[in-house]
Amino acid sequence: MITKRIIPCLDVRDGRVVKGVNFAGLADVSSPVELARYYSEHGADELVFYDITASSQNRRLFTDILTKVAGSIFIPLTVGGGINSLADFDRVLRCGADKVSVNSGALKDSQLIRQAALRYGNQCVVLSVDIKRVNGCFTVFAKGGRENTGLDALAWIKEAVDLGAGEVVVNSIDTDGVKAGFDLELLSAICQAVSVPVVASGGAGGIEDFIDLFQQLPKVDAGLAASIFHFGEVSIPDLKAQLAQAGITVR
Amino acid sequence: MITIIDYGVGNLFSLKSSLEAIGQPVTISNQPETIRQGQRIILPGVGAFGDAAQKLRRSGLDQVLLEEADKGKPLLGICLGMQLLFDTSSEYGLHTGLGLIRGQVQPISSVIPPDLKVPHMGWNALHFPTDQEKHPLFNYTNDGDCVYFVHSYYAAPWGPALIAFSEYGAALTAAVARRNICGCQFHPEKSGLVGLNILRAFCEMGEDL
Repeated sequence: MITKRIIPCLDVRDGRVVKGVNFAGLADVSSPVELARYYSEHGADELVFYDITASSQNRRLFTDILTKVAGSIFIPLTVGGGINSLADFDRVLRCGADKVSVNSGALKDSQLIRQAALRYGNQCVVLSVDIKRVNGCFTVFAKGGRENTGLDALAWIKEAVDLGAGEVVVNSIDTDGVKAGFDLELLSAICQAVSVPVVASGGAGGIEDFIDLFQQLPKVDAGLAASIFHFGEVSIPDLKAQLAQAGITVR
Repeated sequence: MITIIDYGVGNLFSLKSSLEAIGQPVTISNQPETIRQGQRIILPGVGAFGDAAQKLRRSGLDQVLLEEADKGKPLLGICLGMQLLFDTSSEYGLHTGLGLIRGQVQPISSVIPPDLKVPHMGWNALHFPTDQEKHPLFNYTNDGDCVYFVHSYYAAPWGPALIAFSEYGAALTAAVARRNICGCQFHPEKSGLVGLNILRAFCEMGEDL
């Protein structure tokens, strides 16, 4: 049976890996190429690379780094950040990305999902959603969690999957950086709503949180985290060993 | 020299990088002469069967592949490239493949329980049929090693071509072989060290097994 995936996420700005807490207060961690190679060789099942660069100058720098990363790892690579058009899909796929993650770009124009799915296949199109509770409703935020779209998260995710998104990365803004566990309530609702793979993101503080995630929500396919891996608080081989002990199928 | 066939289907960058990582000289080409000169051929592919089969035929590369395979040159199809080795596929209509391996490509959904997600995507274990010797493609691979799959269709061989399978609600074909011709449904170039070792084993395979 298919294994649960553990995915480190690398936010890259100005050619370096950064990690925000509640999407603010960025701190430099390490070289993206070194970190990616380390993860690829130490049990990561996949890597996610987010370009949080603002200027077009630095977008070229990101493209160069992405090519280096893709050429030195032999696990699947998902790339996101600043994907607004098919040309953006093309740009990162040419650098060696396997999947492309859309967020604000798809909120601006949902047809981007459909067009990309038709050209590259559903498996290539990953919907990333930043979600926060507003008055008790799961609400979609755009632009790295800064802008309330007013959209209902479940409705948006269902629409995106119907348009052709082949996987959903669920980022809970409420639990992100808090390190008190994944947002199980939110994830449970999403798993019931769609039948494509669901990746949980935001809130992992330790190994127990991953065990909780997969035991309580067997439909979740993968757990994604950044700082706990980057700062060595959780080593992926240790995490996998403990997941296996808890009866969860891992590679 | 290994030649990766470039017929306008999918991303060949990772495959090239992984062969370079195991020290194999590699060319990406759509030129019949270059393909004929190489010692080994890899047929990659992602996307839909019908479109890919048409591209192979239009470019005339299907004939080059058939001739080189017939001469005994080691050929490896990967993912859709493996499915193209078969007789036919029922993906969006009935399409004809290369016919190098007997059998048909069918939707996974027709054989797995409805609660399982399609595509079959992620890392899954390889298992080898117990009634035969392990194929040389898996000289460095153990039963239970995980590799990376992304597919909604699977190939059902007629006859003894199956050399590895995965379990996903049903036994799904993971690799097939007939003499010098082999194919894997999973992506060795995305399967970490296990995958690199499968590519290494392919590079060591002799002609006309």
